[in-house]
Amino acid sequence: MADKVILLDFWPSPFGVRARIALREKGVEFEYREENLRDKSPLLLQMNPVHKKIPVLIHNGKPVCESMNVVQYIDEVWSDKNPILPSDPYQRAQARFWVDFVDTKLYEPADKIWQTKGEEQETAKKEYIEALKILESELGDKPYFGGDTFGFVDIAMTGYYSWFEASEKLANFSIEPECPTLMASAKRCLQRESVVKSLHDSEKILAFAYKIRKIYCV
Amino acid sequence: MANEVILLDFWPSMFGMRTRIALREKGVEFEYREEDLRNKSPLLLQMNPIHKKIPVLIHNGKPVNESVIQVQYIDEVWSHKNPILPSDPYQRAQARFWADFIDKKLYEAQRKVWATKGEEQEAGKKDFIEILKTLESELGDKPYFGGDDFGYVDIALIGFYTWFPAYEKFANFSTESEVPKLIAWVRKCLQRESVAKSLPDPEKVTEFVSELRKKFVPE
Repeated sequence: MADKVILLDFWPSPFGVRARIALREKGVEFEYREENLRDKSPLLLQMNPVHKKIPVLIHNGKPVCESMNVVQYIDEVWSDKNPILPSDPYQRAQARFWVDFVDTKLYEPADKIWQTKGEEQETAKKEYIEALKILESELGDKPYFGGDTFGFVDIAMTGYYSWFEASEKLANFSIEPECPTLMASAKRCLQRESVVKSLHDSEKILAFAYKIRKIYCV
Repeated sequence: MANEVILLDFWPSMFGMRTRIALREKGVEFEYREEDLRNKSPLLLQMNPIHKKIPVLIHNGKPVNESVIQVQYIDEVWSHKNPILPSDPYQRAQARFWADFIDKKLYEAQRKVWATKGEEQEAGKKDFIEILKTLESELGDKPYFGGDDFGYVDIALIGFYTWFPAYEKFANFSTESEVPKLIAWVRKCLQRESVAKSLPDPEKVTEFVSELRKKFVPE
C-alpha cells in the first residue's frame, strides 16, 4: 500500500519547518496543507484535539503531533536513508537534551523579541543571546550539532535560524558578532536542499513579523 | 567493564521517581545519592551545569539529564528485558506525546494547587482535575497507558500520585471521586515491585509539601 502523508502546517512556523525538513531529508512525498490558525480546519481539530496546534503529521490516516515527536517518528519509519538521530544511545540522549534546551530556553525570548518593546524586549534579547551562546559552546568546532552530519538538533535549530533576520531587525541587534560559529553552522544548514525547499524567504518572514507586532500593538 | 550507575536525586521528586522505576524495571544495580537542593553537590553542578537539577543519571562517568530522556536511555541501553517504549513507531510517538502532555500541562497545574491559595488555587484545581480527566480518558479500559504492559507513560505519571494526598489536603477535593479509573490504575501500578520500591510514602510527601507551602503561602 502506498504511503499517504499529509502535513497540516502554517508557513512561518519554526515548528512546522522541522517536520517539512525531516520529510524531505527522507525523500517522503507528502501533501502540505496550509492551516488558517484563526479558523482551524475540522481535520486539525479532529487530529490534534488535545493541543489543537500545528504541525500535525497524518500518516495513512493516523496523526502524530508535536514537532520533535514528528521528527523522531519520521526518522524511525523511513529509517533507510539520512538518519536524523545518532545510533548510539548516549549520543541520542545528548541530542534529545539539546533539543529540549532549544525548546525551553529559546522559545520564550524569541517570542518576546517579536511581541514586545522597550525594556521587556531588551531583557528578552539578552536571554536569547545567552541561550545562543550556550548552544554555540555545545556546537564547538563541529560543522553541525550532529557532528559531521546534519541531524536532530540542527533540524530543531533551523526553524529559529529562519527567524534570525527578522529578530535582528525587530530588536536592532546582530547575532553574528555574538555567535560567529553558530552563524556559520546556521548558514550551512540554510543552504541544504531539504531546508531551502521548506523555508519561505526572509522578506516574507519579516513582513509576517511586522504584522504580528501590529497585532500585539507594538 | 562493570556498569557503574549513579543517580543524583531528591526523594519527593516525581521526576526522580521515573528514573528509579526505569532502572529497577531493567534490574540495573545503581547507587542512589540524595541531593540537598539548597546545597547542591559539586558533582551535580559538574554533571548538569546547564540546569543544575535532579535527577542526574551518571553511567560510567557520563551524565544523562532530564527524566524522560533518562528513561529512554535506560530502555535503549538495557534493551534485553521489560521494554519500556513500544516497538512500533506509531505507538512510540503516542507514548512520547502523552509523556510530553504530562510534562507540559500536569506539572504547572499541580504546582498551583499546592503553592497558591484563593482564586488562583481554585483555577489551578480546575485545570488539574481536567488534565487528570483527559489522562483518564486516554487510559480508557486499558490496564496500562501502553495497553497490556506497564510502560513509558505509566512511568511518567505514577510518581505524581505520591503528591495527591497533599493536593487533596490543600485544595479540598478527592482524586478518587474525580478520576476513579485513574486511581484504579494507580493501585495496579503500586503492586509492581519497581514502583513500590521507588515511590516514597505519600504521608511523608504531604509533610514535605506542607513545609514547602509555608514559603509560598504564608498563613
